[in-house]
Amino acid sequence: MKSILLKGVLVGCVCLLGACAPVSPPLYYWGNYQPALYQHHQNGVTNYDSQISAMEAIVARAQAQGQSVPPGLHAHLGMLYFNTGREPEAREQFAVEKQLFPESGHFVDYVMKAQPETSL
Amino acid sequence: MRLSIKLGGLVLLSALLTGCVTTTPYDYNAFRASNPRSILVLPPVNQTLDVSASYSFFTHVSVPLAESGYYVFPVAVVEETFRENGMTDPNDIHALPLERINEVFGADSVMYIKITQYGTSYQLLVSDTRVTADATLVDGRTGDLLWKGQATASSTEQSNNNGGGLVGMLVVALVEQVVNSTTDRSYQIAGMTSGRLLSSGAVNGVLPGPRLRSQQRQ
Repeated sequence: MKSILLKGVLVGCVCLLGACAPVSPPLYYWGNYQPALYQHHQNGVTNYDSQISAMEAIVARAQAQGQSVPPGLHAHLGMLYFNTGREPEAREQFAVEKQLFPESGHFVDYVMKAQPETSL
Repeated sequence: MRLSIKLGGLVLLSALLTGCVTTTPYDYNAFRASNPRSILVLPPVNQTLDVSASYSFFTHVSVPLAESGYYVFPVAVVEETFRENGMTDPNDIHALPLERINEVFGADSVMYIKITQYGTSYQLLVSDTRVTADATLVDGRTGDLLWKGQATASSTEQSNNNGGGLVGMLVVALVEQVVNSTTDRSYQIAGMTSGRLLSSGAVNGVLPGPRLRSQQRQ
């Protein structure tokens, strides 16, 4: 009898706790995006190559797990490609950003216009 | 004996129930009417003595807001865009007219964050690392106030998960990865503050955005 009561209380508690917590899983795969952002800034923002590897790794891992890449990550990678003179890849990343997140459209168009076309 | 178990259960249940109860409800009318899809967070204004506070907090805003269902403009790109336009001081950026900001970003809403506490104070027996910030969200076109909030987190708390919900846990988990490689405790606490301030799961927090609402409908 005592154990039935205890079980009842426990089940009740679990249900209540469940009611407080949202049930949906995360919308995006973040990997180590935030700590990477911070560390790059601490190390000075000019170490573009290591930032690029970090971003590319997050995109690859998200794809491998079938998860969505967070908003802004493709645009960030695009900016890093621009900074290192990899313009076609940069434009491609900004296009992906706009396609996945149409909310970024106005800004992506601004960035594309602000970057002078370089002839290859 | 049985009575005392019952009583104990009741006390436990009521404690759990009160844990869920919200305080004064926030007036979300303007927020609902504006229904923003995107949030441009401007570089936070730092009112503390620690120069790393602004960017440290800035790197923490994307997870809670994006997981709440909004498009969040990438903070590193936002920072660089302002820098290319000769603006590096968050105070100057916060003073810009909305029209100028939106010529560039076209954001549905703009968020202004102020950091009022950041760092460790050493007391006799304990050290307290504390980060406090407040945020104001305005409509990107009209400038109307949509939402306002404030949050604080401290190293002296038990490591529980009040306020942030699942996203709060996610933020804490992400931050715990980095705390082994850097000794920056304030950075870790900033993540907790940001999760509490900017998660739709928080009490009187931002409303769930379109991308979260559409996932919840599925």
